Amino acid sequence: MDLITEITIFVLAAFVGFEVISKVPTTLHTPLMSQTNAIHGIVMLGGLIVIGLADDGLEYTIGVIAIAFGAINIVGGFMVTDRMLGMFARKPKPKPKPDASSASRPGASGSEEG
Amino acid sequence: MTLPLALLEPGGNLATALYIVSFSLFILGVRRGTHPTTAKQGNLLAAGGMAIAIVTTLLLDGVGNWGLLILGLAIGTAVGVVASMRVQMTAMPQMVALYNGVGGGAVALIAWSEFRHEIALGIEIPLDELVPILFSMVIGSVSFWGSNIAFGKLQGLIPGQPVKVPGQQVLNAVLLVGIVVGCVVIGVTNDDPSQGLFIAILLAAALLGNLVVLPIGGADMPVVISLLNAFTGLAAAAAGFALDNVALIVAGTLVGSSGTILTMEMATAMNRSVANILFAGFGGAPAAGAASTEERPHRSISAQDAAIALAYADSVVIVPGYGMAVAQAQHAVKEMADELERRGVTVNYAIHPVAGRMPGHMNVLLAEADVPYEKLKEMDEINPEMPRTDVAVVIGANDVTNPAAKEDPDSPIAGMPIIEVSDAQQVIVIKRSLSPGFAGIDNDLFYRDNTSMLFSDAKAAAQEIGAEVQEL
Repeated sequence: MDLITEITIFVLAAFVGFEVISKVPTTLHTPLMSQTNAIHGIVMLGGLIVIGLADDGLEYTIGVIAIAFGAINIVGGFMVTDRMLGMFARKPKPKPKPDASSASRPGASGSEEG
Repeated sequence: MTLPLALLEPGGNLATALYIVSFSLFILGVRRGTHPTTAKQGNLLAAGGMAIAIVTTLLLDGVGNWGLLILGLAIGTAVGVVASMRVQMTAMPQMVALYNGVGGGAVALIAWSEFRHEIALGIEIPLDELVPILFSMVIGSVSFWGSNIAFGKLQGLIPGQPVKVPGQQVLNAVLLVGIVVGCVVIGVTNDDPSQGLFIAILLAAALLGNLVVLPIGGADMPVVISLLNAFTGLAAAAAGFALDNVALIVAGTLVGSSGTILTMEMATAMNRSVANILFAGFGGAPAAGAASTEERPHRSISAQDAAIALAYADSVVIVPGYGMAVAQAQHAVKEMADELERRGVTVNYAIHPVAGRMPGHMNVLLAEADVPYEKLKEMDEINPEMPRTDVAVVIGANDVTNPAAKEDPDSPIAGMPIIEVSDAQQVIVIKRSLSPGFAGIDNDLFYRDNTSMLFSDAKAAAQEIGAEVQEL
């Protein structure tokens, strides 16, 4: 891939990123951060590639540590995000409330998705 | 070196197509993150994208040293699984800092390995590979060490207050200039660059990462973490340029955008520039006014009286802050709110954008305690409601409620948007003492006529009030 193609991809990705991320509500900023944090663990791919080229003790060590770091980043990041989002997804039990003034809650049905 | 799989050609059409599928899933995953009910699926989509990217890479021709590769994967996976299952929700900021750090460390190490490999080829290293290698090495190293310091501060391993070294700014500037000059030298001598110099730059970047974050106070850590998150993302994107890997470029850029947006939003919410947060050593707390604290008249209140005030109110707004996280009080607060709602009191929560140690930190804690997210109101939404609110309960929050931000143009936090609790009919502040908050300034709110102080640990107070309400 030539450099200019890569720069094109980079710039377009930056615009997509800004568009998509700015729509995430503040309520979800911690999971968002944790999820994007897991996504940058994708650098582990670099580790998987370079360890194949390694041919001395130092490079083996660097490679193993890099892959282990990347795997912590990916596995831990996605799992912890999943735990957090599980808490948001859990809906309050529909209990008959004394009608407080602001009790209208939209979309009470069909909230349990896949 | 055996190549047991080697099904895909690196940079070939099929591999690239699979990477495109993978980053599309990342984008879709983040997109689904815009609503609490779909965000969980979104996270699974993104994780699926990651799985595709990893499998694709493992199938590339040239991947080898399988034993070590699997060893690395196994160690990392085991640590990641255990850490993420054990971590408490209150400790989420430091967990994210730690994950961010290891990500940065991985980038720096990969850049180093890639650099050694390029040298071993013995030919002039093309600049379009060398520049991204240097960039990802420097940023990755800064991010690794900076995140570790942030982790240490949040975990209480090192003091949360700004740690200042004389001549720090100068030292940082010298390091930064040194790093840039070193990189230029390597770039110019790209036919046979010095490995010693490369390692020196790596170390200088490590030192810079430490020195930049050490002087930043604990309460500014949300900004630091999201900035370092953006850094690691960009470093990953740079690694993608060096390795010609489109998945790395897109995913890294996505993270870079996300971190940048969050950083800017938080800086706006504090009415400070990112540069001010990074370099001002804000919150030199004890120095500011500890000695001169003249006892000012304030009213204190018992849990019982607080319970009566709350139980007979029509509407109550709870304003949580870091103190609630420290005391692990979110469940007790929710139970207190349940008792009040049982009596027909309307209870809402006012969340300041920088409450806690991470953007959205309070939301996660309250979600953990099963508070429906509809009840979590943002600052702009709740402030107009304040004059109609009977009682505002401030739990472990301080600076974000300080009316001085609005009224005193000389205050260090002047202009910072606040939750305007002083507009409520009555304010109850649950706090252990009158001590100033992170900004080191006295909170005028505590001495207002309509404010009562309940001196207690947040959790104990919430439990007591809950029990008292039940008995009324």
